[in-house]
Order: sequence, then C-alpha cells, then structure tokens
Amino acid sequence: MEKVIMGNHAVSFGVQLARVQVIAAYPITPQTQIVEMLSELCADGRLAAKFIKVESEHSVMAAVVGASIAGARAFTATSSHGLALMHEVLHWAAGGRLPIVAANVNRTLGPGWNVWTEQTDSLAQRDTGWMQLYCETNQEALDLVLLAYRVAEKVLLPVMLVLDAFFLSHTMEPVDVPEQALVDRFLPSFEPQYKLQPGEPCSFYGLVTPEYYMELRHKMHLAMQSALAEITAAGNEFGRLFGRYYGLLEPYRLEDADVVLVTSGSITGTSRVVVDEWRARGHKVGLLKMRVFRPFPFAAVRQALAHAKKVAVLDRDISQGLGGIWASETKGALYGVAEPPVVFPFIIGLGGRDVTPESIHKVLDYTVAHDAPEDDTVWMEVKR
Amino acid sequence: MSYDVSESELLASGHVACPGCGAPMAVRYALKALGENTVLIVVASCWSIIAGPFPYTAAQVPLLHTLFATGGSVASGVKAGLEARGLQDTTVLTLAGDGGTFDIGIQALSAAVERNEDFIYMCYDNEAYMNTGIQRSSATPWGAWTTTTPVKHPKDQPKKDMVAIMAAHRIPYTATATIAYPEDLIRKVQKAKSIRGSKFLHVLAPCPSGWKSEPSQSVLLSRLAVESCIFPLYEVEHGEEYRITVWPKARVPVQKYLRLQGRFAHLRDEDIGRIQENVDDEWQKLVTRSDRAKAPGNVDQAF
Repeated sequence: MEKVIMGNHAVSFGVQLARVQVIAAYPITPQTQIVEMLSELCADGRLAAKFIKVESEHSVMAAVVGASIAGARAFTATSSHGLALMHEVLHWAAGGRLPIVAANVNRTLGPGWNVWTEQTDSLAQRDTGWMQLYCETNQEALDLVLLAYRVAEKVLLPVMLVLDAFFLSHTMEPVDVPEQALVDRFLPSFEPQYKLQPGEPCSFYGLVTPEYYMELRHKMHLAMQSALAEITAAGNEFGRLFGRYYGLLEPYRLEDADVVLVTSGSITGTSRVVVDEWRARGHKVGLLKMRVFRPFPFAAVRQALAHAKKVAVLDRDISQGLGGIWASETKGALYGVAEPPVVFPFIIGLGGRDVTPESIHKVLDYTVAHDAPEDDTVWMEVKR
Repeated sequence: MSYDVSESELLASGHVACPGCGAPMAVRYALKALGENTVLIVVASCWSIIAGPFPYTAAQVPLLHTLFATGGSVASGVKAGLEARGLQDTTVLTLAGDGGTFDIGIQALSAAVERNEDFIYMCYDNEAYMNTGIQRSSATPWGAWTTTTPVKHPKDQPKKDMVAIMAAHRIPYTATATIAYPEDLIRKVQKAKSIRGSKFLHVLAPCPSGWKSEPSQSVLLSRLAVESCIFPLYEVEHGEEYRITVWPKARVPVQKYLRLQGRFAHLRDEDIGRIQENVDDEWQKLVTRSDRAKAPGNVDQAF
C-alpha cells in the first residue's frame, strides 16, 4: 500500500512489519517521531511489543541488550548525543552477538547545540562492531529495517540503520508499505540458539581472560566479513519478493565514468541530478552510492572505482586530524590498485549546512580543474 | 519462629570470593529463596569475579553479567524479553554492589523502580569500591578509612540513605537484610518474589579485606551491626509502612562493632561518641515510624 510519509514514520512502519517484541526509547530530536509512533502502535495493540520508556540512552541500549539476550526481537532509535551516550553499551550489544536493530537519525554533535544533519555521530561508532547501513530515501529506510533484521539474525551482529536528519526524517515521500504476509516470508520469527533460559544455567558476558578474548573478537571479525555476502543475498531475496533490490553499493552511470562522485545518504539524490546535467554536457561523470559502511565493502568499492581517473568523495562528517571518514576508507579500498584514481576528499555540509546542486557542481568543477587536491582535505563552501 | 529453608544449593562451591566475604552468602540465601526459575543479573562488582571466569559459572541459574550503570535498565529489558517469550513467572534478580547502586547505577535504578518494573534489586553493600581496591563510595560510613579517604582525611560525609531513597519511590517493597540473619533474609526474598513490581533489598555484606577485619568475624560483624542498630533490619511497604523485623535483644554500643575493624582504627573516642549519637537518633526515628506492636520493652534504651 502506497503512503506519503516522512522518513521517521517509514522506520516505524518497518519496525511494525518486523514484528519487533521489545522497544526501549528515549526522546531526542530529530528521531523522536519514530518512537512516538511506535508507542502508539504498542498502546493500541497494532504492534504486540513491550515499550520501555527509560530515562537515558545509556539505559535504552542496556534495556535493548537485556531484551535481546532474553531472546526477543528488539529495537530502538536515537540520534547524535543519544548515540554517544550509548557508546559503552553498543560494544556489549555487538560483543554479545545480539541481532539488535537501532535507527540513528544523523544529527550534529555539540558543542554548540545543533539539531541538523551530519554523519559524524554514527561514523564515530565505527569500531563498536555494529553493521551500518545508510539510507537515501524513505522507502529505503523502511525496507532496510527488514533487511537489517534478516542479516543481523543471520550473522548475529547488530545493525545501525542511518538516515539524515530532516532531509529524510521529516520529509514526506511516497513509500510503498509492503504486505505483512510477504514480510513474514522474508523475515520469519527468530529463535536464538543462546538466550537466558530458566533451567539452563549458562553465564553470559562473564570475565574473559587473555586465553579466550582474542578468539571471541576473531569470530566477530569473521561474522562481520560474512555479512557482505549475507547483505547481498538478503538484498536479492528482498528484490525478488518486493521488486526493490538492495546491494552493498549502488552505481549510477558508472560504466565509462572518468570522474566519480562517492556519496551516502540524502546528498546522493542531489548528486544524481548534477551527474545527469554533466552527462548532458558530454562529461563522463558517474556516481557511486555507498549503502554499507560496516562491514566496509572494500572489494566492491575497488572494483567499482578502479577504472576511474578521479574520485570525489563527499564527507558530511569530520574526523579531526584525519579528514573525511568515507574518503579515508575509499583510499584504503584503492590501495594496491595499479594506476589508482586520484581521490579528492571533500568536507561538505557540516552542521546541516544545505548541500545544493550548486555545491555538487563546485565539487565537480574543482575535481575536473585540478590534477590532485591542493590539500589533504578540501573544505567546500567554508567561510574563511 | 522456624523457617522452611530450602536445602537446594543454587550457588556452587568453587566460587572465587575471598575468605569471609559476605557477598556469596547473601546470594546463596537469596537463590535458596527464589529457586531455579530465576535469572540472575550481576552488575560490575566483586561478583563479576566471584562467579568465576569464562567458561565457568558458580551460579546454577542463568547469569547475565552487565555494565556498571545498567542494573535497573538491563533488568527491565530482560524481564520484557522473557515475557515476550511467554515466561511470565521467571524472577529477575539484579545483584549489584554499593558502588553500582548508590553511585553509578542510581539513575537507571531510580528510573526502573519509578516504572515499577517487575524485578528484585539486591544491593550487597560492603561500603566501598572493594573490587578496585577499597575506594570510597557514597555508601561508605562517616569516619571510615578507604584508599581515597586516607586516615588524615577520612570520609567526612554520612552514608547515603539508600532505603529512604527507594522508599520515596513508593515501590511495593523495600527491606534491609544481612548475612547474620539468614532466616530474615530468606523470608524477605520470598516476600519480594511474591510481589509484582519493584523490590529493593539492601544487604550489608562485610568485606574483610576492605574493612580490615578477621574473615572469621564477618557473621559476627553483621550481627553486631544489627545489635548496635548501625544497620537495623526492617522493611518498608509502599514507602510508608515501616516494620522492624529483628529487634535487638539488647543493644550493644557501636564501639563493639567499630573496634573490630581496622578501617575505623584511627577514630578517637569522641569520634565514636559522635557515631553513637547519630545511630541513636536514627534508631529512634526508625522506631517512631515503625509498627511497634511487636517491639520488646527495651526499644527506647539508648547509650
């Protein structure tokens, strides 16, 4: 059924369709509408889930971990400082191999206070052991909730579903809300092998000595690696059932492109329009949309970019002392490629500053005009 | 009075607590009261070690070790998760030390009991951060030595009144207990199990290495804590109905309790006098607000 809904509610519909059993949440702009709608769905019985209204995001993630380790399908949503406050517990969700799904609506971290979009909040959680999927549209936000549970429950690692503040979270778009029966085929109920079970006195999260710790992390690493194939397989299966296919990446007019934009999130839609304009003027420009940040699809990125001459990476994030995080990973993917493309790392749109078609034109103008970036990082549209 | 204490042991021998530690005794009694249909959650504390390292566990019920600040929150999630799977009758018992309860975990605990989550929270209080090597917590009593309240600057604040804080949440059941009175402790855990909603048990658990006391005297110290009224045994229902459950047969001076512990060795007689005065005041307040129907004749006796 097609509905015109905002990104936040697309996530809520996804959670309802996933038949989540326990939700814990704490309000934070711009995420709040996700859990407000879920609260209503739980209250009127449309979703048979327990909604725990905790007092902080640290407690949110702890409650979700508790529910998951007790064997329930669990969900939460947050943003920015809320995600930062969860940080400690994010490690325990992943280290416990729990198939939790959490939506993070990208919001800038303070100081100063800023509620607008930026990806530093989620990208800063890159070493917690969570998979991270980035959405371009509201349809993707709904669909990837279902895909996230399917993959998480297969590889036993949590998934962070990431969408832009306001550009997605509060923007209405037409979204196909799939039929429950079809979703149930894609995402059957989950029975974990290990869980808190009276009569089975097992210990979870106990003290681990150096004799065993490394093996546990190695198994996580293998699981994370296997997720690349699982995401691909689940994305194909999703496509067969629902007509919308999802892969690790989404190439756009990439085949013969000399200059490639690497994007993620809602900037992608704006960039596509600009790519079309440059193509119409005869330039061989293409786009590579990144959907999966963890596990980072190094081989797929390498394959997609190896034949380009220049790659412009748009980072709406900043790792001080490094630069753009997507650019850093992209460079890593191209390491060892014979005659690799020149990578142009752009920092753009921080703190929710609007990234317009004109901004993307400037990125391409700069990339075409230079043989190499003039600095380690190129700051676009920054007042000096 | 006689109590029907279960002979089943849900805490195995071979745990790695220090000799004379009160914490495993408290858990052993609690598990006797609760039985097998229990999930035990252990907040970061000495008990993170006591249960034994991976792949061992001394607890004969499912055990979830968890982060320091999550005693209330993770229990809320576990209870919800168990109920989602149809396990409505499984008791969730959170076990935390005084640091995890009085300090870092108080926010999540307060929130969980304000929501009246259906679980038992048991704080085993050894009055300092013992697992990290004896640092003061807000449960450390006035005048005590710890490594962060050295003898030249012993703790200058009174112990936080955690039971009053929990009672102020108007939760169905709050109680104190200690290992010298196992029947009382077990009866309180059984009572807590029979009530739906949030239950808080504050258990005094001597720590010989932190208190600088003899391991053989932990039960004695627990008894003296009660007989001196430093740690009275009582329960509070719905934040209002106070009831003293063990009336001291004859009150002993606090000096008898304090002088057996090296952590109080630096206290002068006037310091001990000050503690005695404070304990007398607190005891009188407790007696005044309690149901005195069962009180013996000498309850108002002071030192």
